[in-house]
Amino acid sequence: MKLLTLDLFYLIAGTFLLLAAGRIALDRAHPKRWGSAFFWGLLALTFLAGKALPPTLIGYFLLALVGLAAAKQVGEKPEAGSPLAERVASAARLRNRLFVPALLIPATAILGTLALSRLHLGDLWLIDSASITVTSVCLGAAVAVVAGLRMTGAPLPTPVAEGSRLLQTIGWAIILPQFLAALGGIFAKAGVGAVVADVVANALPTQYPFVAVLAYCVGMALFTICMGNAFAAFPVITLGIGLPFIVGLHGGNPAIMAAIGMLCGYCGTLLTPMAANFNVVPAMLLELRDKNAVIKAQVPIALTILAANIALMYFCVYRF
Amino acid sequence: MIKLIGILIVAAGFALRFNTLLVVMAAGIATGLVAGMSFNEIMELFGTYFVQNRNVTLLVILMLPVVGLLERYGLRERAETLIRRVRSATAGRVLLFYTAVRQVSIALGINIGGHAAMVRPLVTPMAEGAARARHGELPDQTSQAIRANAAAAENVGNFFGEDTIFAVGAIYLIKGVLDTSGHKVSVWALSLWGIPTALVAFGAMWWRVRVLDRRIERETAAAPAEGER
Repeated sequence: MKLLTLDLFYLIAGTFLLLAAGRIALDRAHPKRWGSAFFWGLLALTFLAGKALPPTLIGYFLLALVGLAAAKQVGEKPEAGSPLAERVASAARLRNRLFVPALLIPATAILGTLALSRLHLGDLWLIDSASITVTSVCLGAAVAVVAGLRMTGAPLPTPVAEGSRLLQTIGWAIILPQFLAALGGIFAKAGVGAVVADVVANALPTQYPFVAVLAYCVGMALFTICMGNAFAAFPVITLGIGLPFIVGLHGGNPAIMAAIGMLCGYCGTLLTPMAANFNVVPAMLLELRDKNAVIKAQVPIALTILAANIALMYFCVYRF
Repeated sequence: MIKLIGILIVAAGFALRFNTLLVVMAAGIATGLVAGMSFNEIMELFGTYFVQNRNVTLLVILMLPVVGLLERYGLRERAETLIRRVRSATAGRVLLFYTAVRQVSIALGINIGGHAAMVRPLVTPMAEGAARARHGELPDQTSQAIRANAAAAENVGNFFGEDTIFAVGAIYLIKGVLDTSGHKVSVWALSLWGIPTALVAFGAMWWRVRVLDRRIERETAAAPAEGER
């Protein structure tokens, strides 16, 4: 048996979402009171009972979530947040102790990954080692809340209230990554990848070694841009373009091709709103006015790395 | 070819700025219908994958209470005070340092950081604080640019440290795909060939933060700061 599993943290997250929904429902001054409360409440259900409910029902829940978001019924209260003077005074009082809970998160993550995963009493394990890195970070968040409450002397509802404020700052975009993962799954089931690989392979003169490299690298980046996920693009493009042309036709080294190919996919991740958890959710979280500001900042970086990858692969893959 | 309708819907939907959730769901439904699934089957797939991928959202949600709590008690203000004492600090150098820490730690298999746990509560206040210490109050567009680059620093550090030294998730996926297609490769070779790109990524970040620092200088000089401290 395992004491700390992902399921436990799903329950904690679900409870927090439910409390946030409850707070909104009770707040008469909230501009989108019922829509927001319903949205976070439904999402809470998918965390509390996601495995127990039939997937089709969850699918219809999602339809409702989309409806609420598209009808602009999910919103935040404009003022919120504590006044600056209060925060400055508190910062002067607590000084560097404020960092302790924040740093406990990575500290617990490191400790959990390296040590706690080995703790067990017979068959009773402390942490589920199957999901050790994620579980350790979750544990870090829990430890940090407790430390934060002790250090600040804040009442128990404060973290829920402040967390709910941040939750609404992010808004409906918070579930976008899960939606895109689902879309990726449907694309895979429908066989979209094979079609893309076919089109690229037929359209380009892959008999030239350089064109093969170019098609593979750019294909990885482009298909990642479409899917939002390099892991989803990798098998498709590698089996469709990389292995048949770079390795099969021109005798390239598969390890070099694959390692650099995956990193070309990551360049695509930097460029796409489909990778919502990396590009869109942070824009909301950092309160950027332009939802695409993160992507725009990353364009020069991604293109530089992609160009370097293409050169690197061309000069190495046929040589080593 | 008709199977590509989903990609088309996504591209058009993003271009026309429809609600993103709506676009994604429409693309999924259209692709499913074209591939011969029933509506209920599509809903079932959406539900299944949504629940399977809850861990992506889990980390963000669990960070919110503690980050909110610490923000209320002045964490961001304290981070800014602290960075003001480091005379050589600039917004760009703070971000570059963070990218380096992120690359090295994740190369060792340790996942510290994240937009919710580190970038919002610590990295952006420090970067903005360093800029304010040098140039006084920042115009809004400047502070937006710093934050966007902070998110980029996190992503670049995260993505391009991962596939080096210690093999983690992505390496096993690569090995799995190559193995099943009959190409035996060693995990170490895959890790080794990730290193040059990791260095290029750091170099690209170095270039971008220099551009950022120059931009901060230009924009604060153009709009003379009030309340120069």
